[in-house]
Amino acid sequence: MIYIFYFLFYGFFLTAIIGLLASWIDRKVTARIQYRVGPPLLQPLIDIVKLLGKETLIPAGSSKITFLMAPIIGLASVILVSTLLWINNINPAKSFLGDLIVVLYFLVIPSVSIIMGGFASRNPLASLGASREMKLVLSYELPFILAMLVTVIKSGFTFRLGEILAFQAQNGALVRSWSGVLALIVAIICMQAKLALVPFDIPEAETEISGGVLIEYSGSGLAIYKLMKNMLLFTLPFFLIIVFIGGLRFDGIHLLYGVLKYISLVALMTVIRNTNPRVRIDQVVKFFWGPMTIIAIIAVVLALLGR
Amino acid sequence: MSMKLKALLKSAWVFHLSTGSCNNCDIEILDCLTPRFDIERFGMLLVGSIKHADVLLITGSGNRKSMERAKRLYEQIPKPCLVVAVGECALSRGMFIHSYNCPVPIDKVIPVDVYIPGCPPKPEAIIAGVVKLIEKVKKGTEKKSSV
Repeated sequence: MIYIFYFLFYGFFLTAIIGLLASWIDRKVTARIQYRVGPPLLQPLIDIVKLLGKETLIPAGSSKITFLMAPIIGLASVILVSTLLWINNINPAKSFLGDLIVVLYFLVIPSVSIIMGGFASRNPLASLGASREMKLVLSYELPFILAMLVTVIKSGFTFRLGEILAFQAQNGALVRSWSGVLALIVAIICMQAKLALVPFDIPEAETEISGGVLIEYSGSGLAIYKLMKNMLLFTLPFFLIIVFIGGLRFDGIHLLYGVLKYISLVALMTVIRNTNPRVRIDQVVKFFWGPMTIIAIIAVVLALLGR
Repeated sequence: MSMKLKALLKSAWVFHLSTGSCNNCDIEILDCLTPRFDIERFGMLLVGSIKHADVLLITGSGNRKSMERAKRLYEQIPKPCLVVAVGECALSRGMFIHSYNCPVPIDKVIPVDVYIPGCPPKPEAIIAGVVKLIEKVKKGTEKKSSV
């Protein structure tokens, strides 16, 4: 029973509210950087309500079931991940063996659902976007998992998120060590690619393939994808905070620290997004398999040496 | 007014279609997105795909080739939707009224909700037109609900 509460309240409502707020912060900061005023506070919510009220069009000749199921699969996996993370953050004793690996797997499924939806919609631009997304997933997963390996090594070869949190509560956050800093840098850049934000927004490049994978989605399908992306905007930084910066706590001054950790990660993402041009897909693969993997391997070696 | 329509008026995503204009109207529309006017304040965004759009913004005189496409785009836009014609050419074909290539004005093919005159209209005029459109939709639903 308590798990259903966790699932609905923390996993869905709280994550969605914070995610929508984060997406407003993202749009507002972008507007301020460009000397604009920016949208009002409730804008992301209004967008989703509006999209839910619109007609849902299914392109002729597309595979109907896959086209309609893909957004729901993505949203469900994001809700599950955030539930797991909240349970671990609130009650570290409740974690089970290998939930770090489960979270890593579930975090790939939103990308997989976008690929499915893109290929199912029978549009050349959507297929192009989906194949780009596939290459993007292939390129960023290796350094991302290597960065997670640093955490596993540093916290005494444990795969439980709860034990990682307990270790950090005793010995200080992992980001205080050299290997932790390197791994966090790699993980932040991988997060940028996972969210498909600007230097790595090749799958949905607005100006060249006009929306890419989501081009055929309208109405509630698009609303679910938007909600999924907004929730990922909370879930991924939250995962990095748990793994590297010691989780969120809700007692006294620690609440302020938690909010600061999260806001600074979102602001960092927005600043990276606004100060970089889009890169090509071959440059992305080179970047992630070259410098990023090398930095991640250096971090793993440093962690093994105990730095 | 229903919640659906209220939300639609507060986050109108615009798809911009040029049916053979001289690009002046298109440039003035892009001006609305710049820091000076910034229509994102009202939740309006320019989208790249017709399936995401709520407002179809048409410029240009509507020649034989492009009107077929315009009609197809109007069929693809998810309803409820609004159509705005921007510029003299889109209203009455302008100086191309006697041209062999522009047989009918746009509103004979697609139902247009609001007309914004000018050659090209100023960004202020475009924003004023959008305000009129929003008021028209609000009044229209009030009439319907009272009947």
